[in-house]
Order: sequence, then C-alpha cells, then structure tokens
Amino acid sequence: MTGMERRRLVLGLLFVSPCLIGLAVFTLYPLAASFYYSFCDYDILSEPLWVGTANYAEMLGDDLFWKSLYNTCFFAALFVPLSLVLSLLVAMLLNQAVKFRFLFRALFYLPALVPIVAGAMIWLWIYNGEYGLLNYALSRIGIRAPQWLADPAWTKPALVFMALWGVGNTIIIYLAALQDVPVQLYESAEIDGAGFWAKFRHVTIPMISPVIYFNLIMGIIGAMQIFTRPYIMMERGGPDNSALFYTIYIFQNAFRYSRMGYASAMAWTLFVAIVFLTWLGSKSASGKIHYEGR
Amino acid sequence: MRILWKTVVYLLLIVGSVLMSLPFAWMLSTALKPIEQTMSMPPNWLPYRYYAEIDGKREAVVPVEKIISTAYVADDGTVLRRRIDAGGASVRVVRASENAPLFKVALERDRSKWAVLAASDVSRRVEPRWENFANAVKEMRYFPRYLWNTLLLCVLTVVGSVVSSSLAAYGFSRIEWKGRDKLFAVVLATMMVPFPVVMVPLYCLFRWLGMIGTLQPLWVGSFFAQAFNVFLLRQFFMGIPKDLSDAARIDGCGEFTIFLKVILPAAKPALVVVALLQFLFTWNDFLGPLIYLTDQSDYTLALGLQFFQSQNGGTEWHYLMAASILVIAPIMLLFVIAQRSFIQGISMTGMKG
Repeated sequence: MTGMERRRLVLGLLFVSPCLIGLAVFTLYPLAASFYYSFCDYDILSEPLWVGTANYAEMLGDDLFWKSLYNTCFFAALFVPLSLVLSLLVAMLLNQAVKFRFLFRALFYLPALVPIVAGAMIWLWIYNGEYGLLNYALSRIGIRAPQWLADPAWTKPALVFMALWGVGNTIIIYLAALQDVPVQLYESAEIDGAGFWAKFRHVTIPMISPVIYFNLIMGIIGAMQIFTRPYIMMERGGPDNSALFYTIYIFQNAFRYSRMGYASAMAWTLFVAIVFLTWLGSKSASGKIHYEGR
Repeated sequence: MRILWKTVVYLLLIVGSVLMSLPFAWMLSTALKPIEQTMSMPPNWLPYRYYAEIDGKREAVVPVEKIISTAYVADDGTVLRRRIDAGGASVRVVRASENAPLFKVALERDRSKWAVLAASDVSRRVEPRWENFANAVKEMRYFPRYLWNTLLLCVLTVVGSVVSSSLAAYGFSRIEWKGRDKLFAVVLATMMVPFPVVMVPLYCLFRWLGMIGTLQPLWVGSFFAQAFNVFLLRQFFMGIPKDLSDAARIDGCGEFTIFLKVILPAAKPALVVVALLQFLFTWNDFLGPLIYLTDQSDYTLALGLQFFQSQNGGTEWHYLMAASILVIAPIMLLFVIAQRSFIQGISMTGMKG
C-alpha cells in the first residue's frame, strides 16, 4: 500500500466512521446480543441465565405463538397481493394523460402521509359498531355488517382494508417505474399489432419487474412487522386474540412480562424467516426479472 | 373506443379519489361537531346548531329526545311512556305522532333547563365548532409538552441524519479506498434487519446507559448515519461530476473542504429528501416512544394521541378527531410546500430494486 493509498483509506474510514459506529452499536451488537439472550432466561433486572434452547422449545408448544404467527401470515397473505395489484392499477390510471392529473395523484397519495396513529384513530371511528360511517353505509344498501373490530372473523380483513388506504408510497414507486418505460417500446409494439393486454403483458410487466419484485419484498417485510395499527385499535390482541400479531406478541413478552429471552427467541425466528423469504424470493425471481442494461 | 376508454379511466379515478378522501372528510366533519351530533344515526356530514324561541328569547338548544307518541313529561324533564311511571308526581301530557313529532330540547348554556317543542319551532343552521380544536388541546393536558418533545426530536434527528449520513455517503462515494464497496454492501445488508429483532437489546443498552424515560434513545441513533439515508445520498453524490472535486483539489482544498464547499451545495435536493423522510419518520414514530418513554407527561404527539381513546366506551370522538387533525396538518402542510421532494424521495426508495 502506497502512502497515498493509506492516506485515502484513513480519510475514507474517517468519513464513514459515524456509519460504522452506528452499524456496530445499533445493529450488529443488538443482533448478537438478542441471539445470545434467545438462549437465556432474562428479565432485565438480574443477569441473563443460560437455558439452552428452552425458549425455542417453549415456542413450539405456545398456542399464542402459533396464533400470532398465523395471524401475521394471514394478514400478509391478504394484504401484500392486494396492495401490489391495486397500487399497480392505480399507478397505471395515474399515468394516463388525463386532466387534473396532479390533483388525482395528490388525492391518492395523501393517505400515505397520515401518521399511522392518526390513521388508526380515523378508522377506529369509521369501524365503530354503533355510530361508524362504514356500517351505516352498508346498512343503506341492505348489508348487515359485522362489528368489525369486535368480531374475531373480521379484525384482520378490517386491518387489511385500512392498510390498503395507505399504499400511496407503493403507487408512487410504480408510477416512477412506469414513467421510465421508453415510449418507443409501446410504439413498436403497436406497430406489431399489440393491443392493450399484449402491451401490458409483454412491455409493461417485464420493464417494471424489478420494481414489482422490490415492492413484493418490502411489502412482505413490512407486513410481517405490523404493529402500530392493531396495537392502538384493539386492546391486548383483540377479540379472541384474532389481532395478536407477531411483533405485538414480542412486545408483550419483552415489555409486559419482562421475558426478554423468549422475546429474543421470537425475534430471531422472525429475522431468519425474513432472510429466508427474501432469499427464496430472489431465487425464484432470478431470470424472471428484467434488468435494463445489465 | 377512445372515448369509452377515457370515460372508464376518469370514472375509476374519480370514484377512487372520492373513496380515498372520505376518511378525511369524515374526520373533519366529526372534529367540527358537538359530541351529541357525533352520535346521531343516520349521521350528518355537516355540524349544526339548533335554535328555538324559549320564553320570548332566541336560544341555542340541544335536541335531547324525539317524542312520536303520547308521552308524559315529569317536572324534572324525564319523558315517560306511561303516566303511572311517574309514581304519583305531577306530569304534563304531550301528544305527538310520527307525522308531528315533538322534541325535548335542553338549553345549550344551561342543560338543566328544558322545553318540549314542535319540530317546526326548532330551526337549525350549519355552524362548525372550531372551538373543538382549542378544547381538545386544553383537555389533553400535556399537549404543549408533547408538541415540544416531538419538534425537538424532529430537529435533532433531522440534523443528526443529514450531517452523519452525508459524511458517510461522501466517504462511500467520493474517496477511493480499499474495501470501500464491500463495506458498503454490508451496510446495505443491515437495512434488512427488522426493528423487532434489535428492540430488546437496544432497550437493555439504553437502560444500562440510564436513558430510559428520556428522549435520548429516540435521537442518539440518528447521529450515526442510517443505512438507507447513506444509500440515498451516495447514489446522488456519485452523479456529481468528478471534475468538480478535481478542480477543487488542484486549488489545494482538502477532502473536508471539498465535501463542504463543493458536494453539499450540489447535493441540496438529495439532502432535502433525507431531511423530509427523517422528519416524517420521527413525527410518525410510535413504537420507539412507546418503548422508551415512561412518563405520560413526557410523551410525543403520536403517543399522546391515545389520550382521548377510552377503552370502556365514551370516547370523545370529536376531540379525538380534532387532535388527529392537529397531528396530520403539519405533515400535509409540508407536503404542499415540498411535494416535489416528497415524490422524488419516495420514488428513490424504489431504486434499490
């Protein structure tokens, strides 16, 4: 290494040092610590006590663990595909040459800006069984609506529905991708006699496939961590624990029951699951995703 | 065909945007009503105030009960279906029907005073209760404190993340050094780590540092360059022509001077994006404050909003909606001012794909 190279190395490290310290203190250390805690009985007041795989073994027999996992997967399985399809649809609509396009874009995007807490309050009111707007509207068209947040069968669909209200970010990401598709591709497809569907299937989808993939992965990661809305809207996991989601159960174990070890075991299981899902996603997507210029 | 297509597009857009806006309208409508009108069925979209002539004076009144059959009104104002329910006390007989209902109304200034009137004697006017906002703030005792905490956190985290991540992004893009790109790949990979995984050890760490119950755990981290912000700025820095740096170098500038005088001014739009996204995150964050803040008098706005939410019914919906609007409004204002940066920032998050 020449003196010049060494000087640049030192300078470079100096510039990135806040990032590296942050990485070590706020990500790598906690990651390692929670891995260690996951093999311990730890109530934060006394020292962690090594218990081997007991926490993981307990998870297998814990009904609430399975329930929270089921609820979370149920939510993700409903929300992620719906949000991907709906926001692509909206993005395509917003990409048309229409009047007041700016206004439409703002209206579709604004709900995404609403702080989740405030959004949860609005929907709490809309879903209200007695005076809620939704049930009144449904009763007007002759539907006897359920007590959304008090009915175990409807808590998760209700959460999916209100989460769909806030998919503005996904719409914007799609929109940016759609605008990047070269117009010539559509023109030459038209010359070849392609109709709407053929253009969508053979030009749009391949050209924006990296973004679809990105939204899919981010959607899954986000859905697996759903916390704030159900935590605010329903007390203690909702009726019959139907809204006890994975992160809520981690939170309860850690900060209600002071079971840091068990919470860490659950957290690491989630981490491994997310890494695995992402790996699986990238594997099954390889070859199906079209990367421009690569 | 073209026209049909256009019509369908417009129809979908209009229906969609009305649906997206309805919750806002409902929130605003509720926030401007008095409590009893929030609980009327069927619901009204507009907030009203009712007036009636009582003892020769025009008074603001609150409808309490609708009477559609013969009823007996006791001296204390209780409306009874049957005379015997009064238990021998003197009652007044009122006769009403489905077609000519009567209303028992109370005076708005003194709810213990009441009268029974024909519907035609009661008039109403649209009158938003703007005072709900002030009352909600007053009732939520610590509102000024919550607002101060939230703003303080926003300023600290915005400054912290802009300063630290622009430094890091410079080191990762404008200086060539051995192992740089490999290290950056590691930094990028940590974006995948979900917060719940690091939540417990972070809590233990801050507890060990004696920071639980203070605002510190909520801003300290922002001074250590989060991966996503570094990624965003690095992307932008790489697009700035190398000649600019080289020219400055020939003039004898050191790296830090180049960073300060050349790169930062050129990267202003990207810095604004980072600042905006960080502001949004801090303003909205719920889980962080929930974990680290212990004293109700020291919450942030997002956490304090739960104040009006009562678990056993009796939620003051008009105040809850008014307070929610107060939490949403600054974000909306920011969007109106800086929507270009917003959209740009969100679009850039998709570039990772």
